[in-house]
Amino acid sequence: MILSECNPGFSGYVKSIMGEGNVKKRLLVMGVTPGSMITVVKKAPFGDPIEITIKNYSLTIRKEEASYITVEKGDEKK
Amino acid sequence: MNTVAICGNPNSGKTTLFNALTGSHQQVGNWPGVTVEKKVGKFKAAEKTISIVDLPGTYSLTANSIDERIARDFIIKENPDAVIVVVDQTNLERNLYLVLEILEMKKKVVLAFNMSDETQRRGISINTENLAKELGVKIVKTSASKKEGLNELKQAIIQTLENGKETQLFSYSEKFMKYLSQTEEILKKHHSDNFVDYGWTALKILEGDTEIKDSVSQETMQDIDKLTASMSQEFKEDPSIIVSEEKYKFISSLSKKYVTRKKVNESWSDKVDKVVTNKWLGIPIFLLVMWLTFTLTFTIGDIFNGMLDEGFVALGEWAGAKLGEGMLSSFIVNGIIGGVGSVVVFLPNIFLLFLFISFLGDVGYMPRAAFVMDKLMTKIGLHGKSFIPMILGFGCSIPAIMSTRTLESKRDRIVTILVNPFMSCAARLPVYTLVAGIFFPQNAGFVIFTLYVLGILISIISALIFKKTLFKNEESVFIMELPPYRLPSIKSILSEAGMRAFMFLKKAGTVIFAAVIVIWLLASLPAGVEYAGEESIIGIFGKIISPIFKPLGFGFWQASVSLFFGFLAKEVVTGTMGTLFGGEEILSQVLPQFFNSVSAYAFLVFTLLYTPCVATIGTIKQEIGAKWALFSVIYSFAAAYVVSFIVFTIGSIIF
Repeated sequence: MILSECNPGFSGYVKSIMGEGNVKKRLLVMGVTPGSMITVVKKAPFGDPIEITIKNYSLTIRKEEASYITVEKGDEKK
Repeated sequence: MNTVAICGNPNSGKTTLFNALTGSHQQVGNWPGVTVEKKVGKFKAAEKTISIVDLPGTYSLTANSIDERIARDFIIKENPDAVIVVVDQTNLERNLYLVLEILEMKKKVVLAFNMSDETQRRGISINTENLAKELGVKIVKTSASKKEGLNELKQAIIQTLENGKETQLFSYSEKFMKYLSQTEEILKKHHSDNFVDYGWTALKILEGDTEIKDSVSQETMQDIDKLTASMSQEFKEDPSIIVSEEKYKFISSLSKKYVTRKKVNESWSDKVDKVVTNKWLGIPIFLLVMWLTFTLTFTIGDIFNGMLDEGFVALGEWAGAKLGEGMLSSFIVNGIIGGVGSVVVFLPNIFLLFLFISFLGDVGYMPRAAFVMDKLMTKIGLHGKSFIPMILGFGCSIPAIMSTRTLESKRDRIVTILVNPFMSCAARLPVYTLVAGIFFPQNAGFVIFTLYVLGILISIISALIFKKTLFKNEESVFIMELPPYRLPSIKSILSEAGMRAFMFLKKAGTVIFAAVIVIWLLASLPAGVEYAGEESIIGIFGKIISPIFKPLGFGFWQASVSLFFGFLAKEVVTGTMGTLFGGEEILSQVLPQFFNSVSAYAFLVFTLLYTPCVATIGTIKQEIGAKWALFSVIYSFAAAYVVSFIVFTIGSIIF
């Protein structure tokens, strides 16, 4: 599943981060690493960006960035 | 004297802690070469005075943004005796990422585990004793807002300075360590005595740090590139990504060992956030907040503006009476007191605007506003975070342009800076008030309002043009923390707003003062001419450039000269007109002989849009370079000319 397609209320873990370079590195620095628990909290009033919880804090990213993140439903793995 | 640096993630309470440690013993300056503020303070502990430098808040030290580069360069090049890292305990894992990066730089480190009260409320408990042992550093629990743990922190700093040890590199996965030590070997082979710390250098090269890579020979890099190629194959990942993943794996293992979380009820911050960024309420609340900010800034500000204005008028009259008639008297009364006074009266507005802005920032609303507005801002070619600089632009373009540093992508940053001067700053208001008051006495307020709207429209159109032409394929990134809402400290908000107001005063004051002297000289020379008459240098110069403005309806030399001096600071336009037409009090009789209502409006449109003031251009140059500063000068002049021309031509047909 791709994070940008998940609705608010989704809860699962990060499988992988696709793409490369700057965006990927920044997502990693902010703690979006494979295996981390991730939930989709809400969407902004115009549907984009989205708010997620990762490593027990709130982060907002655009759907564009979310489309690089693949996720899976369920509990923390790895 | 020992020097320590203080660093930490944004929103970790670093600034509050710095203020609490140093009290009023602070100095604000700039980091060399950039307009990022550098705060240095002092504190005393155990009979020793220690100097403490506040580094910009960052999430990592990869030298990607200006802030990260400053923090990193300071730690490497200035080599502070110790580093205090402020850690938000409620957000331990992500905060530890920066901690690891700093520990790996082999510094003596003290960790200030901040936000202790909030951590407790959230049911988080951390075994700091064992964590400190494993990391090999001292950890002190603090609560900067309540001034708790400050003495313990000072003690820990003293002890660490005296006998603290540098940390060793952490042990990451075996697979990774194998490549790291091989990289180290290559470095040792080629550069036998260049590096103080081979482990760190190797790690940085694997991370893809361009600065460090440039410091080793090509030969070395060739060997390392071969190694990283096979590393990428084994991990199926880029080495720089692997380094981050390894760090977080290590952090996860620490967190599993030393952190326990109890389930607690939803915090008040979460409850507030459900309303503030709600699908339906988010935008109305945003508009309400903006409306309140502006109404309060201007209604409360106007009370003080009036008082200041009267004060300067009285001062001018008093000085005039003392000095009598004459050149010197006119220089002091009209020039210095009038000119400097015209800037100082904006001080209450600037102070209040920054008071509200720093309140909204400290409370945690700003990132929410960016979250709510991003989609709309993207549609008009900007970024969610651009809205803060745009709002600040109504106050003064200089802090507005400086505040674009929060934008990570170069494209977003440049576009936001270039369109910012079209947001009508407070300095342009006196020109509108004067001219609209004379030509549109019945609806001056509405006329001024249309100018603000026009400025916003032109900035949107320009942003769209820039996005479609200059930066067609450049990426824009939106990755931003939404920190919990926090009750801000009144003291820190007041001191922030006070500092901003002071800097505005200093910057504007010096430019205005210089402008006044230049105008006075040009208007008085060559010797013997009538002050600011047609034969003065200023008059001759005005006559040469005035034909340019004929198609816009104000092709007389006094207008050209006023606009020219407005380049120094926009409010100078009013003062210059006053001087050139023989005094501000008679402008209402003189101006209608030169302008009609259409050309007066075209003149205001031109004043709104044309070339930003010198101080703004200087700031643009410092932030994004001389090329863009020059572009801004030319583009805004062209925009002003075209729009004024359209306004005058169409207006003349209709009215």
